[in-house]
Amino acid sequence: MADVTMRIWRGDASGGDFENYSVEQNEGEVVLDVIHRIQATEAPDLACRWNCKAGKCGSCAAEINGKPRLMCMTRMDQLPEGPVTVTPMKTFPIIRDLVTDVSFNFEQAKKVPALMPPPMPEGGYIMFQEDVERGQEFRKCIECFMCQDVCHVIRDHEANKLHYSGPRFFIRYAELEMHPLDMNDRRDLVREEMGLGYCNITKCCTEVCPEHIKITDNAIIPLKERVVDAHYDPVAWLGRKIRRKTKTSAADAAVQPAP
Amino acid sequence: MTSSYEHHDYDVLIIGAGGAGLRAAIEAKQRGLKVGIITKSLLGKAHTVMAEGGMAAAMGNVSAEDNWQVHFRDTMRGGKFLNNNRMAELHAKESPDRVRELEQWGALFDRTKEGKILQRDFGGHRYARLAHVGDRTGLELIRTLQQKVVSMDTDVFMECKVLKLVHDENGRIAGCVAYWRPTGEFVTFSAKAIILATGGAGKSWKFTSNSWEGTGDGHAMALWAGAQLIDMECIQFHPTGMVWPLSVRGLLVTEGVRGDGGVLRNSEGQRFMFNYVAPMFRDETAESEEEGDKWYDDHAAGRRPPELLPRDEVARAINSEVKAGRGTPHGGVYLDIASRRTPEFIRRRLPSMYHQFMELAGVDITSEPMEIGPTCHYIMGGVKVDADSAATLVPGLFAAGECAGGMHGANRLGGNSLSDLVVFGRRAGMGAADYIESGQAATSLDMSEVEEAVQEALAPFDRTEGENPYDIQRDLQEMMQLNVGIIRTAGEIEDAITQLETFTDRVKNIAVKGGRAYNPGWNLATDLPAMLTVCKTVARGASLRKESRGGHTREDFPKADPEFAKFNFAHTTSGGNWDSEIVTVESPLLPMPDELKALLEETK
Repeated sequence: MADVTMRIWRGDASGGDFENYSVEQNEGEVVLDVIHRIQATEAPDLACRWNCKAGKCGSCAAEINGKPRLMCMTRMDQLPEGPVTVTPMKTFPIIRDLVTDVSFNFEQAKKVPALMPPPMPEGGYIMFQEDVERGQEFRKCIECFMCQDVCHVIRDHEANKLHYSGPRFFIRYAELEMHPLDMNDRRDLVREEMGLGYCNITKCCTEVCPEHIKITDNAIIPLKERVVDAHYDPVAWLGRKIRRKTKTSAADAAVQPAP
Repeated sequence: MTSSYEHHDYDVLIIGAGGAGLRAAIEAKQRGLKVGIITKSLLGKAHTVMAEGGMAAAMGNVSAEDNWQVHFRDTMRGGKFLNNNRMAELHAKESPDRVRELEQWGALFDRTKEGKILQRDFGGHRYARLAHVGDRTGLELIRTLQQKVVSMDTDVFMECKVLKLVHDENGRIAGCVAYWRPTGEFVTFSAKAIILATGGAGKSWKFTSNSWEGTGDGHAMALWAGAQLIDMECIQFHPTGMVWPLSVRGLLVTEGVRGDGGVLRNSEGQRFMFNYVAPMFRDETAESEEEGDKWYDDHAAGRRPPELLPRDEVARAINSEVKAGRGTPHGGVYLDIASRRTPEFIRRRLPSMYHQFMELAGVDITSEPMEIGPTCHYIMGGVKVDADSAATLVPGLFAAGECAGGMHGANRLGGNSLSDLVVFGRRAGMGAADYIESGQAATSLDMSEVEEAVQEALAPFDRTEGENPYDIQRDLQEMMQLNVGIIRTAGEIEDAITQLETFTDRVKNIAVKGGRAYNPGWNLATDLPAMLTVCKTVARGASLRKESRGGHTREDFPKADPEFAKFNFAHTTSGGNWDSEIVTVESPLLPMPDELKALLEETK
């Protein structure tokens, strides 16, 4: 097959520029294959983060022709003719070349209050498939952080990182909110400190999700509804003042013996 | 010099952040210890995420007849009796509790109609035993443990590569020396106990399901530090890796495809596995397609189909079919689920596989067969440990997960790895905590060992003329694939042993371009010594084991020899460096208590 020109951003926090590499391209190859060929030949110090090369670990996210993609799942033959531009994710600080500092996400993860289940009954919890399925969709997340990268709330406004946890963590909060065993309540936290209100549901996150998680429709919008219910519904407000919120139906189901 | 490096101090230091390392951290944390975790990658990216099919635990949710005794028996038979029987026993007994506790930490397994954890059939397991989440069980396991570890406020050092373990003046493990990948700066750690949980070593073969991380760091560092490695010749070639396109060759296709009804066919359309049923498995394997097909719906109506034999059996059969000229255009065989299950069933049960073939190979597995062939997947061999405490022979050093040896014998059953991680990860955490409480732990680092490791790591920058580490890695992978691959002979193994000495010289002549900050060429240069150490022990074991057993097949000795079932080959070094001479001895197997023997003798 014909050679292809790769335009790759090279540099570090102090600055950088594009470098062009003319590389051989073989049938069925993905962008990461071509990056690896450049590393093995012309530029052994070209920095790129990757692990599984199978779309399962989410390490190799970068922006290919301006769009966040997993390099390991983007086939060269499906990109338009002409040079292929590869840049690091824009929302995160550069470490080197295609590698960014994604520690923002790990800091957000520390802020998530853990699952609070009832004591485990003899023989384990009872949960039904239809009840776990909603959470299972969100637990498909491979933490590539492309939804964070594309979210304009933090992509275009660095200062918002101080009070916005982003789509990856909204699906985490939604997952816990919908978890059949959870007795914790994170709704005020999500509204007051995680910045759920900043999201104006443009669905950019959903579009880039490599796991096809319906982030906006199935997580963010229901989470917004729950938060609104909790905050503005006077009966619910009074109820929470009087006693801890419990998800009676699911938690009860979890401790009941099998039918 | 001491003050020139960043330094951290821990009670328990865990190297590796996959399932075993994270589970060990939880246990040590619960004992009130100061725990640090070091990982070469980001948290949550370890090879555990690649596990697809499930985790084996005799909970009996689907097959009420299942119990730990049958699981123990299956594990020992699958391992061709080379296993550490105490490990197999503990694993079978404890895995159900380890699965259930994951639900307390947030895991969401697929459910039975009664709302219990669903279990699926897998190769070598008599009953439906694998708790799972579709075909992404490893992701569920690592994310659950990761979230638990984070909620316990554990220190995690990400993208930090450990170069070498460091002793105190009495030969106890006292810490390690590492470098930060983002900056290239060195860092030292003191620890009262270190747990190795570094995973596998499959990156030294050309066709592999392993990521760049699988360079055997823990295996090698343990050997250099004075521990023993056992069973290194036993390498699992998973029967079903992708073969086309070339760029994804080796990528894993879950055994769940076969568990859920997929069958293997050669280019003539024949279900060839019926021709490869070893005598040991004849009693429990179907004799005809009709009988095997009945089994999927009702395990009492027929015996299990031969596609679900242990992995070593299936991989060898595929290899033979391809060699006999009955392979596919790209040198594999067909794995067909399209003609046997509905598209809806396939997409629901095997979503990642559907996705993977559609996007990477342009193949719709709901309407076409997959082309598959064996791929290097797992190393049964590893650091010799005490089953109960995960302690190695070096005071203060523990090992769990794939880098530990013994649990799986000569061949691992699918699904036994994820459960191994949590059972022995927990035990390593307990073992390390007990060791510390006993008050014998080391207190000071031998800085001369630190300096030596730092100088060695920096040497490639000083050479202006020298070899590109990528060339060495590629040649090593091709050489190991060719000479110490799935089928082995004396001549090829001896050739490998000779060539590995040449590779040693080549690694000593690596030149690295660029700076130290996030330089993958340099990172690879620091991985290669471990890769070579592992390859040398694999080749050595393969040469000495003059028989075929599990993940070690000799063309010149095609049968198992009972004499070789009495011991493991155990390796140590004479000098403690990566280029030191390797010394190998026969290490007798753990004697088996009579009550366990009785379990193996029961035929049904």
